[in-house]
Amino acid sequence: MNPQQIAVEAASISDRAALLAEHARQLAETAAPIAAAAEPFLLLLTIFLMACFVGYYVVWNVTPALHSPLMGVTNAISSVIVVGAILATGLADSWAAKAFGFIAVTLASVNIFGGFMVTRRMLAMFKKKGS
Amino acid sequence: MAQTLSTLAYLVASVLFIMALRGLSNPETSRQGNLYGMVGMGIAIAATLLKPGMGAGGIVLVLAGLAIGGTIGTLLAQRIQMTSLPQLVAAFHSLVGMAAVFVAAAAFYSPESFGIGYAGNIKAASLVEMSLGLAIGAITFSGSVIAFAKLDGRMSGSPILFKGQHMLNAALGALLLVLVIAFVATGSPILFWLIALLSFALGFLLIIPIGGADMPVVVSMLNSYSGWAAAGIGFTIGNLLLIVTGALVGASGAILSYIMCKGMNRSIINVLLGGFGSDSGAAAGPGAGTADRAPVKAGSPEDAAYIMKNAQKIIIVPGYGMAVAQAQQVVREMADLLKKEGAEISYAIHPVAGRMPGHMNVLLAEANVPYDEVHELEEINAEFADADVAYVIGANDVTNPAAKTDKTSAIYGMPILDVERAKTVFFVKRGMASGYAGVDNELFFRPNTMMLFGDAKKVTQQIVQSLQK
Repeated sequence: MNPQQIAVEAASISDRAALLAEHARQLAETAAPIAAAAEPFLLLLTIFLMACFVGYYVVWNVTPALHSPLMGVTNAISSVIVVGAILATGLADSWAAKAFGFIAVTLASVNIFGGFMVTRRMLAMFKKKGS
Repeated sequence: MAQTLSTLAYLVASVLFIMALRGLSNPETSRQGNLYGMVGMGIAIAATLLKPGMGAGGIVLVLAGLAIGGTIGTLLAQRIQMTSLPQLVAAFHSLVGMAAVFVAAAAFYSPESFGIGYAGNIKAASLVEMSLGLAIGAITFSGSVIAFAKLDGRMSGSPILFKGQHMLNAALGALLLVLVIAFVATGSPILFWLIALLSFALGFLLIIPIGGADMPVVVSMLNSYSGWAAAGIGFTIGNLLLIVTGALVGASGAILSYIMCKGMNRSIINVLLGGFGSDSGAAAGPGAGTADRAPVKAGSPEDAAYIMKNAQKIIIVPGYGMAVAQAQQVVREMADLLKKEGAEISYAIHPVAGRMPGHMNVLLAEANVPYDEVHELEEINAEFADADVAYVIGANDVTNPAAKTDKTSAIYGMPILDVERAKTVFFVKRGMASGYAGVDNELFFRPNTMMLFGDAKKVTQQIVQSLQK
């Protein structure tokens, strides 16, 4: 193979490489907005599924004697929905949204305080022999 | 507070919530667990209030809501009687459901506050998540209201059945799906409220056919729904803490429903289709089908006291009837006296004793029964064979050997407490009526069984009096 031939080959390879690079760039450009839209949702879904597993294993470890307090606690913590209600009350411009937020804050607070307090009352009653 | 900091705070709160549930693996660590939960909630609320853009007016409004709701919640929690715990929990679930509906509405009318688009132009994905949170929240609300009314006796516990009920529910479910699709396509406010209304109706219709005695399953199931509703809202507003907590609560409620169903050997579908049992359970007439059997042996409280005084090992089997008669305190007094006589006392709890998971354990704990004397079915069942006395008070179906032997019985396959293996079995009952499953209990006719007819509290009081002599 003479040097001229090698030079021609090299040139054509580099041309093809450039073409491929251009293709890759175009693909990446089309994919970027799709990925950007899908990524947060997939991330949240991953977190959600992981949390389901954590919940599954942790709850099977709860002693059956404490299943009522478990309901009390889960009741209280499910009212963490208050976070959404606070955001609506504090950040919304529309008065309708502010009002909905305020009602939701009030309802969730009944649960938060009621849930934790009633659980505390229940747990305080569980005593060991002789204590 | 910057975005990163508040996300970090939410992460800490999620971990604290997991630790709160973890604490419940043992009564000793449970109190601390509850504290973790409270701290987690405090952090979550504080971090949200400190977010950028929170105006002073908004903060005042939020604090006002927290104060009003907090006062009501605290008062309710302090005043409620432990026998009414299931009603309280059902009522609380309805509030979570309603809060989810209102947060969904707020997100719909002010999407820019949650970064999901602009009014009238919300992202399609967010609309899907919003309608999920809205529908589950609304079903949780109306379903819990019915569960509350049934548990609280404001509404008959008997199942409400009508022709074509399941077809109607299925049709409404399909309609809901159509509405959701239309809502995602158009983002119309009318469709938003139609979804809410239809879901309210669906929650109501789903719970009315379920009998009062199946309420433990329903309460656990609604517990699960309230979690999924929170998770749905979490997806809508892209909040990690809501998603994690919703998943934890959803999983917890699902497991409790499973345990309750297994305790009755029924599938969740069978429970949901409803029509099983009534509120009082005394459906069958007294003494039904007793003609061809040996007569039952009825004893007096004095006889029972005499036998128990000489017993070494006594297992008490409490059922919901004990709680209805408010007899737990006097049962514990009886146990104390028998312990002085040298007897070993333990309590056996069936998974479905009481009106919600673990209810009986709380009722016994309230009567100062030490929790290490109280055992679950699997732990204690083998011990009945060595027991001198099984004292069954306010329980019936959960001791019925037909569950093991009679394939035609309505309760066949249900795990039971093997009280029949004790040397002497006492049944404290008002009369010969069968339990809520409407099945005769052949144990009543066994030679080693003695029936103590009367009110659970009065009979036990009389035993206490004879023991004191």
